[in-house]
Amino acid sequence: MPAVKSLEDLKRIREEALKKREIKTTESRVQIIVGMGTPGIAAGARDTLKEFLNCIEEKGLTDITIRQTGSFGLDAMEPVVKIIIGNAAPVTYGKVTPYAARQIVELHVLRGKVVEANLIPAEAK
Amino acid sequence: MIHDTLNICEESEQVDGDSSLPMVAQDDDRKNMKEIALHLLDLAENSISAHANAVRIDVREDFRVNQLTASVEDNGDGMTEEVVRQVVDPFYTSRTERKVGLGIPLFKASAEACHGAMKISSRPGSGTKVEATFQHSHIDRMPLGDLPSTVLALVLTHPEVHWVFQYTFNPPYKGSVRTFEFDDQPVKDALQDVPLTHPDVITFIRSSLEEGIAQARK
Repeated sequence: MPAVKSLEDLKRIREEALKKREIKTTESRVQIIVGMGTPGIAAGARDTLKEFLNCIEEKGLTDITIRQTGSFGLDAMEPVVKIIIGNAAPVTYGKVTPYAARQIVELHVLRGKVVEANLIPAEAK
Repeated sequence: MIHDTLNICEESEQVDGDSSLPMVAQDDDRKNMKEIALHLLDLAENSISAHANAVRIDVREDFRVNQLTASVEDNGDGMTEEVVRQVVDPFYTSRTERKVGLGIPLFKASAEACHGAMKISSRPGSGTKVEATFQHSHIDRMPLGDLPSTVLALVLTHPEVHWVFQYTFNPPYKGSVRTFEFDDQPVKDALQDVPLTHPDVITFIRSSLEEGIAQARK
């Protein structure tokens, strides 16, 4: 893809998105929430978030919202990420490295399979 | 000084085993917080906690005076003089869930270890500005780090906030001061209802930041 830099390019992106009906008035199907308090940042939350964005770019995913929150209160498990898909109960993951972030997108977000290795059990929350 | 601060944290963690202490005190994390861009992210998150809806991040590399300046300015709640004093104390947090943690004391200690300083200007009701300066050439100065990722993370995850990022480069010897500014308002205006997390928009913002900073440095 050629480098995009001017506001004209943004208008083009908007027109494309309109054509493909990628504009949602309702909430996105998938919400990814990354804990970005000081403990999260120190544990690498920014690079985890960056990998989620890389995945969205590479795979052209248009139905995902990424948000951040302060500390989840699970400092030993940072970076902590919460995934909400549709009306399903939120799933909380711990020690989400960029590698784990990619796994979460490929298995959980795209195929509905929870990534057991990083799952924080309900009783720990 | 930074090591003293960290040592104190480690000791207290051993003594009372309080798992709520920030993990900054651990070896791996200490390494990971050694990037000016990460501290800026941390400061900006403090601004969000203080209910800011406009935040300005400035980074200035000035080779004429051999100084690196990094600041975050917001229109959030602001603090009284007393709270400002307490914020720079490692054992102070304004709330039990630790809205402001070890980030500021650590950043202050790093600046002071590099012939620099940290200045906090704040007034209740009119926002806060935190500015850190470093001797640019100081051997212990942490690297600037990944500025585009920090700005991208903030812009995308807080769409309700107006973000302005400015990078200034003043070259040694000859040449004029060069400035790159990224203001997210025109981007939002052009996109209207297209979400900022649209894949093409992520690419747009990321490349704008990367190329803008590279241009200013040329």
